[in-house]
Amino acid sequence: MSEVQTTTVNLEEIAAIYKKNAECLTARVIVCAGTGCIANGSKKIFEQFQQVLEEHGLQSYVDVSFVKEDDHAGIHLSGSGCQGFCQMGPLVTILPEGIMYTKVRMEDVLEIVEETIIKKNLVQRLLYKDPVRKTVCKGIGDIPFYTQQQRFVLKECGYINPEDINEYIAIGGYTAARKAYCEHNADQVCSIIEKSGLRGRGGGGFPTGRKWKVAAMQQSPKKYIICNGDEGDPGAFMDRSVMEGNPHSVLEGMLIAARAIGADEGYVYVRMEYPLAVERVRKAVAAAEALGLLGENIFGSKLNFRITVMEGAGAFVCGEETALIASIEGKRGMPMPKPPFPAESGLFGKPTVINNVETLASVPLIFNLGAENYAAIGTPKSPGTKTFALTGHVSNTGLIEVPFGTPLRKIIFDIGGGVTTKKGIGKIEDFKAVQIGGPSGACISPKYLDLPMDFDSLRSINAMVGSGGLVVMNQETCMVQIARYFMEFTQSESCGKCVLCREGTYQMLTLLDDIIEGRADEKTLVLLQSVARAVSKGSLCALGKTAPNPVLSILRDFREEFEAHVTEKKCKAKKCKALLNPTIIQEKCKGCGLCVKTCPTGAISGEKKKPHVINEALCIKCGACYTACNLKAVA
Amino acid sequence: MNTKSFLFINGRKTFFENERNLLEVIRKAHIDLPTFCYHSELSVYGACRLCIVDIEGRGIVSSCSTKPEQGLKVQTATEELRQIRKISLELLLANHDQNCTSCIKSSACRLQSIARRLGVSEVRFKTVESHKPKDESTFGIARDPNKCILCGDCVRACNEIQGIGAIDFAFRGHEMSVVPSFGKELGDVSCVECGQCARVCPTGALTPKSDIDRLWQLMNDGKKYVVAQVAPAVRVALGESFGMAPGTDVSGQLVAALKYLGMKKVYDTSFSADLTIIEETNEFLQRKTKGENLPLITSCCPAWVKFAEFYFPEFLPNVSTCRSPQQMLGSLVKKVLPKELGMHREDVIMVSIMPCTAKRSEANRSEFALHGTPDVDLVITTQELAMMIQQTGLQFTSLDPEAFDMPFGFKTGGGVIFGNSGGVSEAVLRYAAEKLSGKQLEAEDMQEVRGENGIRQISVNLGGQELKLAVVYGLRNARHLLNEVKKGKVQVDFIEVMSCPGGCVGGSGQPVSFETTTRRERKRSLYRADKTMQLHASQDNPYLAQLYQNVLGEPNGHEAHHLLHTTYRDRSDIFEGEVVLSNPDSREMVELKVCLGPNCLAHGSDEMLGKLVDYVAEEGLTGNVVIVAHHSTEPCEDGVTVHVDDDLVANATFDTVRDTLLQRIQYARENA
Repeated sequence: MSEVQTTTVNLEEIAAIYKKNAECLTARVIVCAGTGCIANGSKKIFEQFQQVLEEHGLQSYVDVSFVKEDDHAGIHLSGSGCQGFCQMGPLVTILPEGIMYTKVRMEDVLEIVEETIIKKNLVQRLLYKDPVRKTVCKGIGDIPFYTQQQRFVLKECGYINPEDINEYIAIGGYTAARKAYCEHNADQVCSIIEKSGLRGRGGGGFPTGRKWKVAAMQQSPKKYIICNGDEGDPGAFMDRSVMEGNPHSVLEGMLIAARAIGADEGYVYVRMEYPLAVERVRKAVAAAEALGLLGENIFGSKLNFRITVMEGAGAFVCGEETALIASIEGKRGMPMPKPPFPAESGLFGKPTVINNVETLASVPLIFNLGAENYAAIGTPKSPGTKTFALTGHVSNTGLIEVPFGTPLRKIIFDIGGGVTTKKGIGKIEDFKAVQIGGPSGACISPKYLDLPMDFDSLRSINAMVGSGGLVVMNQETCMVQIARYFMEFTQSESCGKCVLCREGTYQMLTLLDDIIEGRADEKTLVLLQSVARAVSKGSLCALGKTAPNPVLSILRDFREEFEAHVTEKKCKAKKCKALLNPTIIQEKCKGCGLCVKTCPTGAISGEKKKPHVINEALCIKCGACYTACNLKAVA
Repeated sequence: MNTKSFLFINGRKTFFENERNLLEVIRKAHIDLPTFCYHSELSVYGACRLCIVDIEGRGIVSSCSTKPEQGLKVQTATEELRQIRKISLELLLANHDQNCTSCIKSSACRLQSIARRLGVSEVRFKTVESHKPKDESTFGIARDPNKCILCGDCVRACNEIQGIGAIDFAFRGHEMSVVPSFGKELGDVSCVECGQCARVCPTGALTPKSDIDRLWQLMNDGKKYVVAQVAPAVRVALGESFGMAPGTDVSGQLVAALKYLGMKKVYDTSFSADLTIIEETNEFLQRKTKGENLPLITSCCPAWVKFAEFYFPEFLPNVSTCRSPQQMLGSLVKKVLPKELGMHREDVIMVSIMPCTAKRSEANRSEFALHGTPDVDLVITTQELAMMIQQTGLQFTSLDPEAFDMPFGFKTGGGVIFGNSGGVSEAVLRYAAEKLSGKQLEAEDMQEVRGENGIRQISVNLGGQELKLAVVYGLRNARHLLNEVKKGKVQVDFIEVMSCPGGCVGGSGQPVSFETTTRRERKRSLYRADKTMQLHASQDNPYLAQLYQNVLGEPNGHEAHHLLHTTYRDRSDIFEGEVVLSNPDSREMVELKVCLGPNCLAHGSDEMLGKLVDYVAEEGLTGNVVIVAHHSTEPCEDGVTVHVDDDLVANATFDTVRDTLLQRIQYARENA
């Protein structure tokens, strides 16, 4: 046994030293080091800043504890987690002015240093221009993408240095945990969370406080806290951003959860496809251990808590809690029937609370804000905010956070900046659907644009918040193809344990292929519907139960599209090749020749300014002519 | 509680007491919900989704994984449930090799019977055309992945009953399949061919292999003199294949049927079981007197013997050197009959009828052959015998009973109860009692030996001498017991191990039955057979005395040893050797051996090996270290085992190995 720590960490002292050092510096440059911006070269930009600052005689500090007392011209240069506005990355924020530069390139760095940092001028061309209002925005204070949001869990994500525990402490980090360990008993901690109304962000929306209470009630000397960071939905990166941008908030949430249920061991289960998140969480754990925030006798409470970071092996189903537990235990990741729930019998048969990353990151914030104040955000039954990964045919893709109850219209059109089409930003009529909640979520049609987004109203239309993926689709999308896309994903990711999920998703995929390839008849839709229902009702775990959601929701709201595929053998969006039979409508064709240029097989011919024709023998039904034609003359 | 708990099944009040799950309550209420993946002796899996019920307030759940609770309102047959079950079946059938007519499991197939029960009259889905290769690599078990419905029963049986895990799931989604480790064939992994996987398999995916055609050919070959031996457990199970109640003793009809089929002589393996008792008890008492190689562990069960060779080579000296009754009789018959008949050894064919899939593998062991002709030429299972009888059209139930042939057909009760777990122990005690105390044991003294538990410990005082016995069935139990013995927590003189639950009566070559009561009836029947016999103790078998006089000499004597005993081989090194990863030529050399056996692998030995290889390279020690990956026989259930020269680093971590390595290199340099 290691020695019991006799002195407890002094958070105020750490914060004071940090602030004193940071205040010495004249400016702060924050280069977004989220995955999106790194992919666009932000690491090189960071290095470029270091070099250019040095060339200009400016000392840059990555770690402020090294600030020299007499350095009054030093610059705080740090990387941050995802700042959210991925569409416009790489992003560089300059403080204290609150300037946000977008799409920054290597060659822009010199200008930023000389103009903004030294001369305090704005570099106009790097500022964000709002395409709707045609105004130039200085930073997150006036960029509509940010002003329309309420960033709560993500607030510090694009700001603090995720690899510096001192900065987290300087903004009040770990004080909530200290409160939980020193001022409250376990029951009170549960009650605070229960009162806040916090519901699990992993998809189910189960009240977190109630889950904790069940685990707290269990008589067991050993209990576990697991942070579920196995975010596997295609296009979703909320948890990733939190783990990469503010890992300590997750650890603090786990500490508080451990206090609530009496656990002394925790696991952060991160999918291995998130190497940066794994690295940052590991660093965060090590830093917290070094300060005695994790380990033995936390805050002098005589309570112990240790965290192990574990990487998943790439199975989507391991996001399901019982499969995740099996995976940690070293077994094949397959779900088990519930009950027993993990809170009663979980990891190694011990009471275990599994919470999602975002849920845990919300916990310290609730402590700092007060349960009542938190409960006042959002809707009464779905309090708080929710992060969403906004992707697809939308102008501003990125990571957003809004209070529950925000209507889709606001998210897509105000924050997202509207639907895009191949010709740029489209009109409201161009919006066709939004897929919400990942591969097992539903596709929502325009009639629900004003529905408040919260757990219960979404459930009322058989949709779900899920983990928070939002894929926006325009009218050029074929909904049958979308159904097939998600079905292919769930089929290949089904763990294969239960018959309905394994074989049912496979047969649904086969039926969808029949529809797309023109082999379907009216019986196909009936069978598709009945197998989808059977899978959703009878499967073992949530993955199987929700796998048919895209199909069922599309069958409900876009049935005519399915029927057109089946009975008329037509795909309105011209995406299903087998159903294409391109012909040129002679009355509409002006003979512009655009289609001739795009046709890969030279199947189209005709005299200039005269209606063209397609040679069926050469046509491979790729649909390129349909897309190329501006006059809708190809049918 | 005074008041009984109850719930409602389809509106009818149903009481429950100790039922472990809702499915058991429902079945007690006379509703036989179909299942593929539920077995009372295995863990709850919840995957086939056929036992689903609709509970008011909870929706649709699988009843096997739901605890019965006071007042639950359960529906078992709503239209929705009916549709889901039917679709499940259609989905399974769409992905199933549908050559049912030629399937060995046809008529005993649960997929077939449940589909019929649920009224599945057409499969609306497209059938999947896949032709995965069959696995015929073992002697005992055939594996046809095209018939697998992935219920996981075999995986759990191998893990939970036998503690082996020779097969498991691999891949995801529709690609999922059950495979032996590393995608090899069963014959290439540490499968002991006990066949428990085949016993629980609801379809024809895992079946006992058939050798009927070869037997037909031999019997139709005029030059061959074909004789049979029949194991005790066969007589109380064969009748089930002909509609008779489980446990019906059909010894007489069985002999008659074998004669009809063309067997010249029909002997009883119970005779050689008596012989085994004489040899083994003498061996045991000698060891007990000398105090060496105790506990003595029985050797009748071939799956156990193989298991010991794979997993407990350190206990091989403890395993009785006695051959199994099958091999003793084979050896004797091949010694005696050819001379009597004036025939060549290879023209006398010994066929044994066994409840077991591992016996064929045993018969094929090279130590049980002389000049290339095996002592036992052919092994067929109870199932195969039933099939042969059906093929000839024999009306089994109406056959006039006949008697086993002499002398190898005469037995005492001690030889008959061999088919039950505890039977060998009891027979040994009957003999040992007389030898040590001069008295007979009463049946009452044997209650514990005859118990139902998978691990039983019995202590008997015989003539002032305390004998401690342990009886186990299921190799997982055997593993547990042996580990306890190793740790010194259990001290016994004698261990009886049978691989199959309940002993040979529960063997996987027996007629297919998914009822737990079947095994119990077979067991009772063997004890009844013992009761009705005039002689109960093996030593009283008069033909044994004659045999010793004419052929064998003394028990455990020279000739007896030659004909009736054997040796074993350490097979723990399943990879047949080791892999040398680096082999420098230096005098200052240290050998680093990292175990990559399954247990060590599970504890990350591969990762450690990688780290060590990197470390050695980084530190410039490649000239000094021979790195070897092997499969060690050291105890490794707690962690990785590494050898640095002769030093064993148990529960090794990278740091401890590095430190030991550096020390040894230092030492080697100093002594070079």
